Amino acid sequence: MLAAAAAIKRATLNADPPTGSEESDDEVGHSWTVFLRRLIQRELPIEHMLPAREPAYVGSWVYVFGVVTIAALILVIASGMVLAFFGPQWWNVSPQGHFFNSLHFWSVQMFFVFMVLHLWGQYFAQGWRDGRAATWMVGVVIFLASVVTAFTGYISQQNFDAQWIAVNAKDAVNVIGAGAFFNVLNFGQMYGLHIVLFPLLVVGLVAFHVVLVRRRGVVKPPEDAV
Amino acid sequence: MDRRKFDQGNYFRGIPTAPYDLIKEISIALVVMLVVVLALAFVLSSPDVPPVTIQSWAHAAPLDFLETATTELQGSSFTADYGPPYNDGTGQVQTLGPLQPQVWAGIHQLVDAPQADVIGPLQLASVGRPALRAALSQYQQASSSQQQSWLDAYAKLLPRAHVSGLQVTVGPGEDGPLNTMMVALLADARSGALDALLMHSGRFYETNYTQALLFLGDGNYFANLASKLKLNGSQWGMMNETGSYPGQSWLWLYTLWYQLPPFNSAGNADLLVVLVMGLLSTLLILVPFIPGLRDLPRWLGLHRLVWREHYRFLNERSRQRR
Ligand code: HEM
Repeated sequence: MLAAAAAIKRATLNADPPTGSEESDDEVGHSWTVFLRRLIQRELPIEHMLPAREPAYVGSWVYVFGVVTIAALILVIASGMVLAFFGPQWWNVSPQGHFFNSLHFWSVQMFFVFMVLHLWGQYFAQGWRDGRAATWMVGVVIFLASVVTAFTGYISQQNFDAQWIAVNAKDAVNVIGAGAFFNVLNFGQMYGLHIVLFPLLVVGLVAFHVVLVRRRGVVKPPEDAV
Repeated sequence: MDRRKFDQGNYFRGIPTAPYDLIKEISIALVVMLVVVLALAFVLSSPDVPPVTIQSWAHAAPLDFLETATTELQGSSFTADYGPPYNDGTGQVQTLGPLQPQVWAGIHQLVDAPQADVIGPLQLASVGRPALRAALSQYQQASSSQQQSWLDAYAKLLPRAHVSGLQVTVGPGEDGPLNTMMVALLADARSGALDALLMHSGRFYETNYTQALLFLGDGNYFANLASKLKLNGSQWGMMNETGSYPGQSWLWLYTLWYQLPPFNSAGNADLLVVLVMGLLSTLLILVPFIPGLRDLPRWLGLHRLVWREHYRFLNERSRQRR
């Protein structure tokens, strides 16, 4: 144990005796930490992540959809946290729980409405132009991941809909072989996926998507139409 | 050295900019969205139809319950003959030519329907019930051809059976110990005990409802309820939900295929639809690279509407320059 700890320290703190307090060019050239720092500074400068000005065409209403989708997602997560905190019985037996269930439900509906509007908006704006294909592709993956997440949520409701959806959806899951490890009739598994792994996936993908957008800035309108 | 292949300064040269507060925008969006969602939740609530239980099934449709349990024991129910991932049946296995992922993936959630739905629960419940115990051991010690002939006889008697309370009166027939077993099963179902017995795993904690849900799904009662609520597959069931709520409307395309030929009559409809949706999803991901798909929006020209102001500005500027 101690030997391993010492080895880690030897590999990471490699100045003996201790030197001054300035970063020297030589150390900086070999530092993994500085490599990551420079990568972020180069690719994701903070002025691009959080700019004070935007191209004037960003005033168009089409840009509202993406932002509103984020807002809805925040509410989905917040209401979901309340539901998760009090646990599965709560939302079925208490009026307060049912109310938060409704909040979660409508946040999800809004999330999808605006995500789909955003998707169509980006399609007609051809938002993948000028090296932004990755932004589009991550966007579609978010959409698909959200559909699966919502599906596990419907199954976790513990009401008639949950029973019926699980029993009917199992066939489509089973025929592609996914039923072997993704059992829609197993509440424990679906609930765990719904409240932990899938939300992490969706939120992580959204963060990545937004960083991709900010890195290049909002795509220019096509010039063909002038 | 500039390692940046893409330079925002270059890219946006000549484009007019304006002060823009992203964080303020998202904050306002959040507040507005919160108000909308609160209003929707207050006014419209959310779907809340209570789940069906084995108990409610046995009370509302005792004959259907008995018939379903009999098919489980016969091995002729959907579940008993399903195939992977539940058992080695073949009834619900879908393939497409050489493509049989369901079979390749194998059996992973073992459900042995006769044992899981009837024999197992009855064994647990037979303690202190000598008549049931005797009937069970008579059934289990019989040859399987004897069991089948009892089952066939009982299945023929059931449609004309008379159920009142816990009493099931069947006409005379060669059904051996079956009526004793089934009357006991019905009693346990009605008392609610069977709901628990179906979940019995020998461990204390249990969150896996596979057996109970499959059993429920095999009966007509559950499907009839869903049909009344307009939730069947042929009624766009996958995306609808109880009440007049929007449901999973984002599944509209997925659900659409089930309504159309050849899918609506194909034995392997699920596999076909999943494959089609997989293909379409891949196409959607790859839109930026697919000629035609990526050009369509340019031909349609909706972006001229989206960025009307911008194009007006550009026109203005080029006119001034001339
Ligand atoms: C949770 C879902 C999503 C969120 C929160 C989200 C958020 C955003 C935001 C805030 C922007 C900045 C510009 C704007 O607001 O319009 C953006 C840009 C973009 N989004 Fe999304 N998005 C999501 C899903 C999608 C989907 C499903 C697609 C398409 C399939 C997509 C494609 C794009 C593209 C191509 C851009 C770049 C636009 C440009 O450079 O002008 N996004 N997204």
